[in-house]
Amino acid sequence: MTALLEIRDLAVSVDGKTILDEFELVVGAGEVHAVMGPNGSGKSTLAYVLAGREGYQVTRGTIRFLGRDLLTLEPEERAAAGLFLAMQYPVEIPGVANMYFLRQAMNAIRKARGEPDISAADFMKRLRAQAELVGVPPELLKRDLNAGFSGGEKKRNEILQLLMLEPRLAVLDETDSGLDIDALRTVAEGVNRLRSPERAMLVITHYQRLLDYIVPDRVHVLVDGRIRRSGGKELALELEAEGYAAFQPKPAEPATAAA
Amino acid sequence: MATALDTVREYTGHEYKYGWVTDIESEVAPKGLDEATIRMISAKKDEPAWLTDWRLEAYRRWLTMEEPRWQKVTYPPIDYQAISYYAAPKQKERPKSLDEIDPEIRKTYDKLGIPIREQEVLAGVAVDYVFDSVSVATTFKNKLKELGVVFCSISEAVQEHPELVRRYLGSVVPQGDNFFAALNSAVFTDGSFVYVPKGVRCPMELSTYFRINAAETGQFERTLIIADSGSYVSYLEGCTAPQRDENQLHAAVVELIALDDAEIKYSTVQNWYPGDAEGRGGIYNFVTKRGACRGRNSKISWTQVETGSAITWKYPSCILQGDNSVGEFYSVAVTNNHQQADTGTKMIHIGKNTRSRIVAKGISAGRSDSTYRGLVRVLKSAEGARNHTQCDSMLIGDRCGAHTVPYIEVRNPTAKCEHEATTSKISDDQLFYCRSRGISEEDAVALVVNGFCREVMDELPMEFAVEARKLLAISLEGSVG
Repeated sequence: MTALLEIRDLAVSVDGKTILDEFELVVGAGEVHAVMGPNGSGKSTLAYVLAGREGYQVTRGTIRFLGRDLLTLEPEERAAAGLFLAMQYPVEIPGVANMYFLRQAMNAIRKARGEPDISAADFMKRLRAQAELVGVPPELLKRDLNAGFSGGEKKRNEILQLLMLEPRLAVLDETDSGLDIDALRTVAEGVNRLRSPERAMLVITHYQRLLDYIVPDRVHVLVDGRIRRSGGKELALELEAEGYAAFQPKPAEPATAAA
Repeated sequence: MATALDTVREYTGHEYKYGWVTDIESEVAPKGLDEATIRMISAKKDEPAWLTDWRLEAYRRWLTMEEPRWQKVTYPPIDYQAISYYAAPKQKERPKSLDEIDPEIRKTYDKLGIPIREQEVLAGVAVDYVFDSVSVATTFKNKLKELGVVFCSISEAVQEHPELVRRYLGSVVPQGDNFFAALNSAVFTDGSFVYVPKGVRCPMELSTYFRINAAETGQFERTLIIADSGSYVSYLEGCTAPQRDENQLHAAVVELIALDDAEIKYSTVQNWYPGDAEGRGGIYNFVTKRGACRGRNSKISWTQVETGSAITWKYPSCILQGDNSVGEFYSVAVTNNHQQADTGTKMIHIGKNTRSRIVAKGISAGRSDSTYRGLVRVLKSAEGARNHTQCDSMLIGDRCGAHTVPYIEVRNPTAKCEHEATTSKISDDQLFYCRSRGISEEDAVALVVNGFCREVMDELPMEFAVEARKLLAISLEGSVG
């Protein structure tokens, strides 16, 4: 079986400073992987590099997604190829209705795949069903995208987009931050619904609690830009008990190439 | 690594899509302006003596006036003797039916996406087609006639409704109002005329499509719209011109008159050729537009989407004379490359409880410069007047400019005037967010800009809102991808 996502010997720098180094990760179809790490360990950099954000310079290594060289693709091409990033800080776009944006995104992706636009009726039907599932009230669909949304509403809305766009790989960047326990549960239920043998997820988080609800197949500990340890779901619990301190690099071993 | 800002810069390289020239035999007057030219124009149009005299009076006043220089735009001096003041497609007489229109002209409008037909695309919209200086066709005339609505070229109106023209022409924008209005009054060749009788709600949008074709000509059209007591009319104008290296002058005058309880909604989608990326060529759009709310409870609403012209310089205004009258101004002005725009409105409150609302959105890209200039004047008589002004500027890239120059003069202590202004940029975050959801960079810019302009776009008649949205996207389109 070919891996859905395969990251090999990746080094990424921002403004000349190395953030990720010797980074390796292979995610197979149907798997859920969690990347856990303290603040500043490179978690969000990983998310942005996957989605293709400018300003994140790949200085070494490869990323293959569904057999394609991901790094040669523009962000919109990555979306069309089936990659989705649920963002930590979703952006406000005044004057653009939430549902209008979502429909435009869906149709852009369909167009890139050579599929016809989704009909207004089908779109509405699906949207209503999925919105209910993640607890996005109808009035939020009509409001300007993320404008004046609470932290929790923004995160639910990201998951709604995820459910509507049905990507092959969903990257969740700190989706749990800013969510109360009930919201966390609803969001997790939504994500779990999307789990399938063709699809993979990469859950990036600081805390273990999200993993109570989205149970990962593999857990990776990211500290100072490198994966220090990988294991099963029990690794998350171990982390919760011991903290990240145990994974800090020893002084003899410089953590990054930055100097 | 390129930032989003660099890629946004590429948007300055868009091309004008309406820049071709129609190959048609035209009758063009020799260049230059003197009393003989004016008499010639008047004679060509078989005008009554009072109108010839009116034009000559305007011309004499124009000679004594100086071209204004206070606006925040720069352009080389215009040689008024190097312009031809009359250009008309050669045809024996005005076509009697739509079938008789010169096929080349018909093709031009087809190519512009506004076919001269009474069905299909513009169903429910009556259109007057002005080609260079003259009106070539007006659709749905008979249907309007049944209701008593007059919609024709102003030349026709002079012949068929002289009493209305004589009564209202120059009553809102007098001959000597300003330099360009005086020039227009002297040489105007055609334009649209609308009269909506008492109590009639005009059942369809009325629209004029202006096309400059001939080289080295100016377009000086004159539009006069009268809404009699209790009537309603919605009117839209659209404009394009071929791509040429030299600048062309467009100095129009629009006068609106709303009597008691009448309402006029006037929408403009202006897409004159803006010049190339280096700033060569393009239309100088120096236009005087003014509406008079003469009657009680009357309302005039200006909506404009300005994407074209090398220089746009105009202030569609409302004189709120009647008690309880309402003036509105909704504007989107997009400038790109080397385009300059100094535009805004004037709201003159005279009557009691008059209200005005101004929403102006400026979008600057490339090396362009955009200024909102607006006057809110509340006279002593305007007890209880209200104004709300909102000016928002959006900058794309870091080489453009946006300026807001509000003038507020209040002479009545019961008046309330509010002014809000914001400046923002399209952020890299917004573009990345859209792209990560599959939306291309170009579409993302269009999406964000359209969102920014939504309040104004919502004011456009439905048929044209879609078109205007596309136009916005085209104006900011680049060669990305």
